[in-house]
Amino acid sequence: MAETVVITVKSEAFLKKIVALSAEAITVCDQCGTCSGSCPMIAEMDVTPSQLMRMVQLGQSEALDTKTMWVCASCFACTVRCPRGLDVSKVAEALRQVTLRRSVDHLDIRNIPDDELAELPQIALVSAFRKLTG
Amino acid sequence: MSESKTMMEKISESTRSLTTGVDTRDVEHWVTIYIMGRGYSVPADLTIMTAMEFAGYKLIRSCGCRQGFCGACATIFRREGQYKLESALACQTRVEDGMCLVQIPFSPAEAAYYDIAAESYDYSVFSKHYPEVARCVSCNTCTKACPQDLEVMDYIQSAIKGDFESLAEQSFDCIQCGLCALRCPAEIVQYNVGHLGRRMFGRYGSPEPEHLKTRLAEMERGEFSSVLDALVGASTEKLKELYAARVRESDE
Amino acid sequence: MTSEQTSTTRAAPDTGSPKRTRLPYYPGCTLKTTGKGLEDSALAVAETLGVELVELPRWNCCGVVTSLTDDDLMRHIAPIRNMVRVQEVSDAGLVDDKRVVTLCSMCFNALKWSNARIVGDAEDLKSLNDFMYLEEDYRGDAEVVHFLEILKELDPEAIAEQVKTPLGELNVAPYYGCTLLRPKSIGIDDPEDPTIQQELLEIMGATVIDNPYKTVCCGSYQTVQDKYAVAELTHGILSHARAAGAEAVTTFCPLCAFNLDNRQREVLEKHPDFEPMPVFYFTQLMAVAFGLNPKCCRFDLNHTDPRPLLRGKGLMKEGA
Ligand code: SF4
Ligand code: SF4
Ligand code: FES
Repeated sequence: MAETVVITVKSEAFLKKIVALSAEAITVCDQCGTCSGSCPMIAEMDVTPSQLMRMVQLGQSEALDTKTMWVCASCFACTVRCPRGLDVSKVAEALRQVTLRRSVDHLDIRNIPDDELAELPQIALVSAFRKLTG
Repeated sequence: MSESKTMMEKISESTRSLTTGVDTRDVEHWVTIYIMGRGYSVPADLTIMTAMEFAGYKLIRSCGCRQGFCGACATIFRREGQYKLESALACQTRVEDGMCLVQIPFSPAEAAYYDIAAESYDYSVFSKHYPEVARCVSCNTCTKACPQDLEVMDYIQSAIKGDFESLAEQSFDCIQCGLCALRCPAEIVQYNVGHLGRRMFGRYGSPEPEHLKTRLAEMERGEFSSVLDALVGASTEKLKELYAARVRESDE
Repeated sequence: MTSEQTSTTRAAPDTGSPKRTRLPYYPGCTLKTTGKGLEDSALAVAETLGVELVELPRWNCCGVVTSLTDDDLMRHIAPIRNMVRVQEVSDAGLVDDKRVVTLCSMCFNALKWSNARIVGDAEDLKSLNDFMYLEEDYRGDAEVVHFLEILKELDPEAIAEQVKTPLGELNVAPYYGCTLLRPKSIGIDDPEDPTIQQELLEIMGATVIDNPYKTVCCGSYQTVQDKYAVAELTHGILSHARAAGAEAVTTFCPLCAFNLDNRQREVLEKHPDFEPMPVFYFTQLMAVAFGLNPKCCRFDLNHTDPRPLLRGKGLMKEGA
């Protein structure tokens, strides 16, 4: 007996926005979990990358409150493995940009300790600021 | 008669701008400029600064040396029919018909507090005091804004690379007007970064000039004490006489 | 790209002609500071192999990470402005090739990716050219390559000829990280099982150890906001290398180098039994194998001093 499950998308607009920013066909993710199994940062995350994809599919703007999108290191380990050819790192970037474009920084530049600043190579600062400040 | 003459004089006086002293009857060419959106007819050969004064503005801030050196008179303007926002020094730029402008008296930028003797002479001095230089996107907006025609983007890039010498060279003519910082999408305070870099280069990078060393030694030995003491003790008359008879480098 | 053009300008080792191939070279900010050991050793190695790397006379920070949102053009300005510089030196005849060589793998990735992204979209290329109206228009025909690709083009015999001190006893595990390999369209080798470093290390006579963690991310820029998270990754990568028998790892990335090397301090805080391991820039080991003056390796900038290991293996003189 066939049963119909109706999945409601909480905010169609949110889903559309993230699809537009990331240019990823987020709705084709079939939740296989390959990305989560490939992610080197998973230990630091509150939801797994595939869960993050699911949240966006369902239009849950709570995705913007996850730690996951900020600890993604844009390493593209998931990108090269996704059987659907999706790029989760682009979705994470789209989510970050939604916040950063409102001029809300995730990383407070003034709070980085001096001894760290004295040692960090420029390449670390440039990339961190591009990913974590708006 | 005499009463009407006084009246004429009064009328004549009224054509003279209070602040600039320009007599409107002497003016042949006029242009219309818009200061913060309001139109004023002003003589065509005035600078933005004198035109504002002609229009009745009294400049308390946004005005200093009037010679293009102090950087106080940063101005943002748009030419008629142009989409571009341009920037300039008000004391150095002639008004043009249709110019729409505003003076920027101050840019609220942060300046780092540091002890130059305690800093290390490498790129990390910038990471420490102005880490936001790492946010530069190389858009070159700062260079376009600079009224001194400096390659501002390049000197910020030199800071990122830790190249003090090229930073010092390229930012040398900065007058700290603040226009670059106001336009920078990365919110970098270029002129303060340049300032720090030049100080670092002066302290650690450039050789101490020989003649300065010699002169300082001479002063320490007291070779000039008697001459100075004589000056300090001289009467006003004597000082005036000495002043008139002084030899300037340009006279030699 | 015209293949005829590049095939005639391929870097050729000493073929009897005194004229060297001049390739445009983009260093990147960090190669002028903490990554000096990479730059100096690579330039010395290139010279030995008859490849002249001509530093772009004017260049800006590449931005390190590629902007991933579809509508954002601003963060592609920095890489594309550098491509304009490549075009300039090429037009001026200062170099023999339109392929700009990178050493830092992050610069490589950022430049190559942005170049592909912008050149692949005529409208976006025009937008950027319009925005950078003070520059010459970028025609989109310059390319970005990594130094490893140049090395691979050379005759292996010619490289082998230069090996004066075979690395013999040194057990070394190549580390790739992310930016040399991913995404696939940008990477220079198999993203799951790269071998390009191994092939070259073998020419230099090293004992190459395969580390199952060779493509695992070091944590990258997360080092700025959470150094202990990065230290955990470092611990994993280096412990696996050690377990496989490695005494050192190699990299081409100054950020990987920082995370794998300097963050060993944080690793030791959390794992006191961790045995520190030297992290070489790939070209530092090449310089050692070629018997070049060790000064070009700038080992003084390495966090975990690799010199005791090299001396122990007879690859470096006492006192050098
Ligand atoms: S560099 Fe900036 S502060 Fe200095 S003169 Fe140019 S615009 Fe003004
Ligand atoms: S305006 Fe700011 S972001 Fe643009 S080049 Fe200048 S310093 Fe860099
Ligand atoms: S008033 Fe000093 S520069 Fe214009």
